[in-house]
Amino acid sequence: MRISLTVNGEKFRLEVEPRRTLADALREDCGLTGTHLGCEHGVCGACTVQVDDSAVRSCLMFAVQCDGHTVRTVEGLAAPDGTPHPLQSAFTAEHALQCGFCTPGFLMLAAAALDEDPAITDDPDRLRELLTSNLCRCTGYESIRRAVRRAADMPGPPD
Amino acid sequence: MKPAPFDYAAPATRQEVLEALAVAPDGTRVLAGGQSLVLEMNQRAARPHRLVDINNVADFDRLEVDRAEQDGGWLRVGALVRHRAFEQPVESGPLGRLLARTAHFIAHPPVRSRGTLLGSLAYAHPTGEWPTLAVTLGAELVLASADGTRTLDAESFLIGPFTTALRPGELLEEARFPLLRPTTGTAFVELRRTAASFAHLSAATALSVEDGIVVDVRLGMAGIAPQPVRARDAEHRLVGRPPTDSVIAEAATVAAAGVTDPPPDPHSGSAYRRHAATVLAERALVKARQDISEEVERP
Repeated sequence: MRISLTVNGEKFRLEVEPRRTLADALREDCGLTGTHLGCEHGVCGACTVQVDDSAVRSCLMFAVQCDGHTVRTVEGLAAPDGTPHPLQSAFTAEHALQCGFCTPGFLMLAAAALDEDPAITDDPDRLRELLTSNLCRCTGYESIRRAVRRAADMPGPPD
Repeated sequence: MKPAPFDYAAPATRQEVLEALAVAPDGTRVLAGGQSLVLEMNQRAARPHRLVDINNVADFDRLEVDRAEQDGGWLRVGALVRHRAFEQPVESGPLGRLLARTAHFIAHPPVRSRGTLLGSLAYAHPTGEWPTLAVTLGAELVLASADGTRTLDAESFLIGPFTTALRPGELLEEARFPLLRPTTGTAFVELRRTAASFAHLSAATALSVEDGIVVDVRLGMAGIAPQPVRARDAEHRLVGRPPTDSVIAEAATVAAAGVTDPPPDPHSGSAYRRHAATVLAERALVKARQDISEEVERP
């Protein structure tokens, strides 16, 4: 099927089979390999991207469902001049990654949540509930939690 | 893994959806949130020949409170209302509070922003939160096909693990939850291995107390039978009596005693499940009683 979707502001016209997941379309057809695929059944959250501003599992959506929609991946977080997104700076500052496999998913999860309601970091229960969405097998979650809190206190994202 | 090939249709109207489902009903599945169906397809546990994606049908995300009817009114939930819509109360009464409490037990925020309440009912996980609540509250479900619609209560709809009364070619179009009277306290409790696990058992209750006496109660349990069940014997023990600790404990014991053989799994055998069911039923009822003093009787 022919579809067109906007990824990080760029329009992509793709020819995909209906069974192509959004994650595979982003990686294989758009060449955006920042989105990682872990479990492929919605548990690990490594493939989390934003579709129309909501954080979703891109392994549990088909690319054809995104025809005409807007997708944002980890490649679209930093400013066009390369200035990191506040979350990216905060993840660095707080050592919130080790191997980095889960990082794109956590970034997109947290970016969507902060865009929607920056006050989420004021409520430890809500923040914890949010961060249970994804799995990290290296650092533990404490540094990730600190990084999201730090990002919320930083000046707004470059876009 | 990757899904097996399938044909895909994304009609824009209800009529087109029903016509698309009627074309080749047997190999066709409805795609709503996809948070269970797509993972099963990724694992190739499900191999539909054709998906009918209903996400383009504007009317299907309707969520309405219908207070006009004499029987107390209903909350009507359309086929595309996501779990996330219920995280904040959708109506100001006890039902809105109970749905919000329950929604937080479902998966994670990204899954909740895609997955739908009706999809969860159609998936019929034996300890799914919405199926448990639908059975507890006596929700009515509207099933539509090209031939017309029929309405089933949740207990008739959920007939076993991952098994419903939905026929090929039918769409689960609407769920109607009865509004609860203002004097009702509610609770939803679960037992699960980790915060992210499926529940082993759960209990839901809506307890209505007037002048210190239980005037109405619903108690539903999941994980003690192949599908969620209502503990009617326990409900009968409560009605007409004050909800004291001892009355609640008695009802909770009755709730679990009605279970002949809870399905065992590697984490919890039948005897453990029966014991845990008593604990959960008691916990739910005590929480609902506390909910009355905190929410209903608050000045």
